Amino acid sequence: MVKTGVAYTGVPSKEELAKIPGMPSEERMAKGAVAVIECVQEIPCNPCEAACPFGAIRVGEPITSLPVLDEEKCTGCGACVAACPGLAIFTVNMAYSDEEAAVAFPYEYRPLPAKNDLVDAVDREGQIVSRGRVLDIKMPKAFKQTAVVTLAVPKAMGSRVRGMAPFSPMLREGRE
Amino acid sequence: MRKMEADIAIIGAGSAGLCAAIQAAEAGADVVVFDENQLPGGQLFKQIHKFFGSREHQAGVRGFEIGQQLLEDVKKSGAKVMLDSVVYGLFAENSLGVIAEDKYHYEVKAKKIIIAAGAKENYMAFPGSTLPGVMGAGAAQTMINVNRVLPGKRIVMLGSGNVGLIVSYQLMQAGAQVAAVVEAAPTIGGYGVHAGKIRRAGVPILTGHTIKEVYGKEEVEGVILAQLDEKWQMIPGTEQDIKADTLCLAVGLNPMTELAWMAGCQFTHIPALGGHVPLHDHNMETTKPGVYVAGDITGVEEASSAMEEGKLAGIAAAAALGYLSQEEAAAKKQEVLRRLDMLRTGLFGEKRKAAKERQMAEMVGYQAVTAEKGGVK
Repeated sequence: MVKTGVAYTGVPSKEELAKIPGMPSEERMAKGAVAVIECVQEIPCNPCEAACPFGAIRVGEPITSLPVLDEEKCTGCGACVAACPGLAIFTVNMAYSDEEAAVAFPYEYRPLPAKNDLVDAVDREGQIVSRGRVLDIKMPKAFKQTAVVTLAVPKAMGSRVRGMAPFSPMLREGRE
Repeated sequence: MRKMEADIAIIGAGSAGLCAAIQAAEAGADVVVFDENQLPGGQLFKQIHKFFGSREHQAGVRGFEIGQQLLEDVKKSGAKVMLDSVVYGLFAENSLGVIAEDKYHYEVKAKKIIIAAGAKENYMAFPGSTLPGVMGAGAAQTMINVNRVLPGKRIVMLGSGNVGLIVSYQLMQAGAQVAAVVEAAPTIGGYGVHAGKIRRAGVPILTGHTIKEVYGKEEVEGVILAQLDEKWQMIPGTEQDIKADTLCLAVGLNPMTELAWMAGCQFTHIPALGGHVPLHDHNMETTKPGVYVAGDITGVEEASSAMEEGKLAGIAAAAALGYLSQEEAAAKKQEVLRRLDMLRTGLFGEKRKAAKERQMAEMVGYQAVTAEKGGVK
């Protein structure tokens, strides 16, 4: 029997993701950009709480509590994405366009991609699931060297894409 | 031989030692810190990831930046830091033997001693384990993050605790490929989020597997893995060959206790803390009055708790010398203990908390027995 779940694979299972308080509802996802907090283990950590300018994330006491997302307050601004030391927060905009979703994730490899680069979008297991077009790269000083990269991906991949394969400038040279 | 005197001598200028020095020197004590390395900061300067915890623990700040801040605070505090200085022995009446810069021999008389010597990496033997290219994960981390040298191009990591997971990620950040993380236990040892980062980069984590052998003519050329059954025995026929030029061992750490043994401290054996650890009380004082311990030597945890333990020891030693009133010291210690408790919570912290409680309970037991016998000799 293949065992699933974060303790066995390092990847949270569907069931684990379904029961944590950091996941927005499908209705909220459909409305536009929102934070997706894939924090499934109770560890003492809370920088996401203070990072949110809208008070949409609550950890509270004890500090090991899983972060609770207030999906109505969340604007999907992404301030929490770079603040999470575990690199476990993403923002997903399922309403980005008719065909595409926009997924933002933390990225700590170098070199950084550039806007409009085409990259390999990967899922939680590192499988390349689609091409992604770089919409944005943010790295203000407050992000402390963690870049937040936003990719446009096929809409069906919005719930799967959680990163990109470490970027090679060859990719940029290789496209027209 | 040169003579030196200090209120408090601290052994180790890592997370715990520096925090102890800052607390004690700020209180007014005359403090000297010895470290055998050329640079202070212990393991902090190779930690390029953001720390966990709360804002009070500097969560979200990268380890090396916490190190830079500590060095500034030490400077301001007035504590003296002597680098390239090996403390080779602790002798009667709190006297330390020190060799500085390979040539100066000091005898240091201190009223209080804080041992913050840290921990060292465990090794593991298997066929081929002496080939060049087999190294500790901590050593690989020092190479990439301090010396900026890539130990290899394609790496297999043995051990999925936080060290194995974090160093795998950092090796990829440094430009290496990680072929696999291998873990003998049925589950991943470290935080799921650390595992998640390397999974997203396409690295498989093979639980229930171990290294059968490493092969190569003059250096590592590949690693043979085998699956383990429920009794941790290799299952014949499950071998797989992974080409790699480097095997990193992240199979735990054990406390560097030599000086505490030499001082005559009482020990206990707690596997969850890395092996033999000195008994200590809530002030971090050992069974040897005036000898304190802090950080990984007291039981392997992580940098944030080492810093808090260091602060405790520094406050307690300064208070014992009269530099802080009992009330001042109690208030400071209460704050530190609150933060320390916070770090020992949750899925991963509870086990350490129970282990630390056992260690301190044994200290209480020891004190009761010696009190009956007419006090500590």
